[in-house]
Amino acid sequence: MKQTASEQAKESSVPQATTVRSPLFGSCPLPIFEHKQIVLGHGSGGKLTADLIDKVFLPAFANPVLNKLDDQAVVHVNGVRLAFTTDSFVVTPIFFPGGDIGKLAVNGTVNDLAMSGARPLYLAAAFILEEGLLSEELQRVVESMRDAAQQAGVQLVTGDTKVVNRGKGDKVFITTTGVGVIDGSIEISASQALVGDKIIVSGYVGDHGMAIMSQRENLEFEGAIESDCAPLNSLVNAMLEVSGPDSECPVHVLRDPTRGGVATTLNEIAARSNVGMLLSESAIPVRESVQGACELLGLDPLYVANEGKLVAVVAPGAADAVLARMRDHELGRDASIIGEVVTEHAGMVRMKTLIGGTRILDVMFGEQLPRIC
Amino acid sequence: MKYLDEYRDGKLAARIVDEICRVQTKPWVIMEVCGGQTHSIVKHGLDHLLPQGIELVHGPGCPVCVTPLEMIDKAHAIARRPNVIFCSFGDMLRVPGSDGDLFTIKSQGGDVRIVYSPLDCLKIARANPDKQVVFFAIGFETTAPANAMLAHAAKQQGVKNVSILVSHVLVPPAIAAILSSPDNRVQAFLGPGHVCAVMGYSEYEPLSRQFRVPIVITGFEPLDLLQGILMALQQLESGRAEVENQYSRVLGRDGNRPAQDLVLSVFEVGDRNWRGIGTIPASGYHLRAEYAEHDAEHLFDVGQIATRESEICISGEILKGNKKPHDCPAFGKQCDPQHPLGATMVSAEGACAAYYTYGRHLEQADKLTSINFAGAA
Repeated sequence: MKQTASEQAKESSVPQATTVRSPLFGSCPLPIFEHKQIVLGHGSGGKLTADLIDKVFLPAFANPVLNKLDDQAVVHVNGVRLAFTTDSFVVTPIFFPGGDIGKLAVNGTVNDLAMSGARPLYLAAAFILEEGLLSEELQRVVESMRDAAQQAGVQLVTGDTKVVNRGKGDKVFITTTGVGVIDGSIEISASQALVGDKIIVSGYVGDHGMAIMSQRENLEFEGAIESDCAPLNSLVNAMLEVSGPDSECPVHVLRDPTRGGVATTLNEIAARSNVGMLLSESAIPVRESVQGACELLGLDPLYVANEGKLVAVVAPGAADAVLARMRDHELGRDASIIGEVVTEHAGMVRMKTLIGGTRILDVMFGEQLPRIC
Repeated sequence: MKYLDEYRDGKLAARIVDEICRVQTKPWVIMEVCGGQTHSIVKHGLDHLLPQGIELVHGPGCPVCVTPLEMIDKAHAIARRPNVIFCSFGDMLRVPGSDGDLFTIKSQGGDVRIVYSPLDCLKIARANPDKQVVFFAIGFETTAPANAMLAHAAKQQGVKNVSILVSHVLVPPAIAAILSSPDNRVQAFLGPGHVCAVMGYSEYEPLSRQFRVPIVITGFEPLDLLQGILMALQQLESGRAEVENQYSRVLGRDGNRPAQDLVLSVFEVGDRNWRGIGTIPASGYHLRAEYAEHDAEHLFDVGQIATRESEICISGEILKGNKKPHDCPAFGKQCDPQHPLGATMVSAEGACAAYYTYGRHLEQADKLTSINFAGAA
């Protein structure tokens, strides 16, 4: 099977990347790692995604609404504040324990709206179907979307369908777009965290990501881990009913920690609000099954995706009341105060470890990769 | 969580730290050999708990870090071929060669797959009889049995289209190289728990005797590491130099004999080049001649690959325990996990990457002093 150089050249159909030399090092032979192609990490929600937004999308589209980089845009139309968002779903496999791509597509967009304090009202859905997809599978996905929309109290009012050649898609991709109305004086944004605020997570972290991971074809562990996929608008409603001592809304920030997990989400909030955060590892709820799977694979549950959890930053005087209200709600039963907002180390998230040490939780820089040993 | 929480108990940790403070009378330098140990130390902030006089230096035991650049370039050249399915453990995908990483090759159309067990390659090979399935077999003695099993099973079951690209290295020769170095600072070692689960620890006894150095075979959980440090410290303070086994719940002196037999039936010991350190005699495994038809280096003539490392990167000094990530002018600046300049930043288990992942570059910028909890002096 040995080949000559010319045979190899002929065979080598994959284009070679060009080495980019760092101007700082002159003769340094190692490439600066600027990707000439899009790699999977660009979709991970970590630093590579942020790079793409900063270098490609923001320069093209910059405007005051977009520049806020919240999970939803808040726009004013004739005195009404509308929350507006869109999200695409490409999950594999399309059916997984605890949900499917359809349920995810509805809840994902509902949750992005709810995190601004908005009442989600209407959704649009665009389907990209791969030639050969079983009609029965599409039917199951659509029925699941119908049920999810019903549960979230939203209506799917418009849509679009395209079909691509076999091999050009992966069964079905769904994009959902949603609008909602923000009532009264609710002002919730990632930039509103104040020193002294408590940080609350609504339940066990990492369930969705590990449920998906356990189903991937080349990872043959079977577990009872189910995705937490759920609409969070009714939980948010309950939280917003609690008023602070000064009758102002005590909920300052809401975020759903999807890709990149709780750690990445908290870093975004810390940076946007220019505050530090101090967490306590022992207060963070992680299921044993998720912890176990993460230990096996060398992953950190704080960086694993959630689809039915929220992180709230709440005024200290009302934190216990908000927590109690959350625990009364089905989706907040395991809610926990995991830390607080501090003046020190602005823009940075620190955590007291179980063992009594301290570490910094940084933003994830790409996909989490299983370690060798 | 059972079998985990017991080893992460803050109160017990504080007690061991108190004992460390009590026993210690002068400064000592202790090296933890494994990348997994480094990872755990930084993840749990153990170094922040220790008294100032105990310096932990991070050793060469990160398999991804010490894989030489020319081997990574070889792997990439093979992965770029059509008709090849290139399989690897996950964290090898992000390791840059001279010309991109496996993720880049995948994005350019190369068939690159993450496997969790080398034996998965047999299934992939059977499902793709017209393709050559190549497994990138890197690592220390820990991964050697599973990698050997792939070659053994492929040969025995007659699966012709499986080959392995071997870059295996061994811990004892690396420890000997560090101790023989004229600028060595290391006075005791936390030995590699997983490696010894396979190999046992008898081969560390002559090292300990020859160099008069305590070696404590240590596990990976926070309490394992603190106990390992205490045991090493007790030896240092009392002038002893022995091999001790902290990780006795997992391993004994002889290790796993059937695994060792399998490894030696497939591999033979030979010289290996270590990234950041250089060639160490008899420091790695190569496939035996009878496995030539499953040897990717034999099957694919990828030619001479010349590489040059960054001139600014100090990863070699870090791997030998002479320097720390913070000593490098590029750390957290020109060099980060997205733009790694050298061995110790490329894998999550590398000392620089562990420091970076757990925010130590921010700590440096932040000028915060270490926060000491528990009984740290």
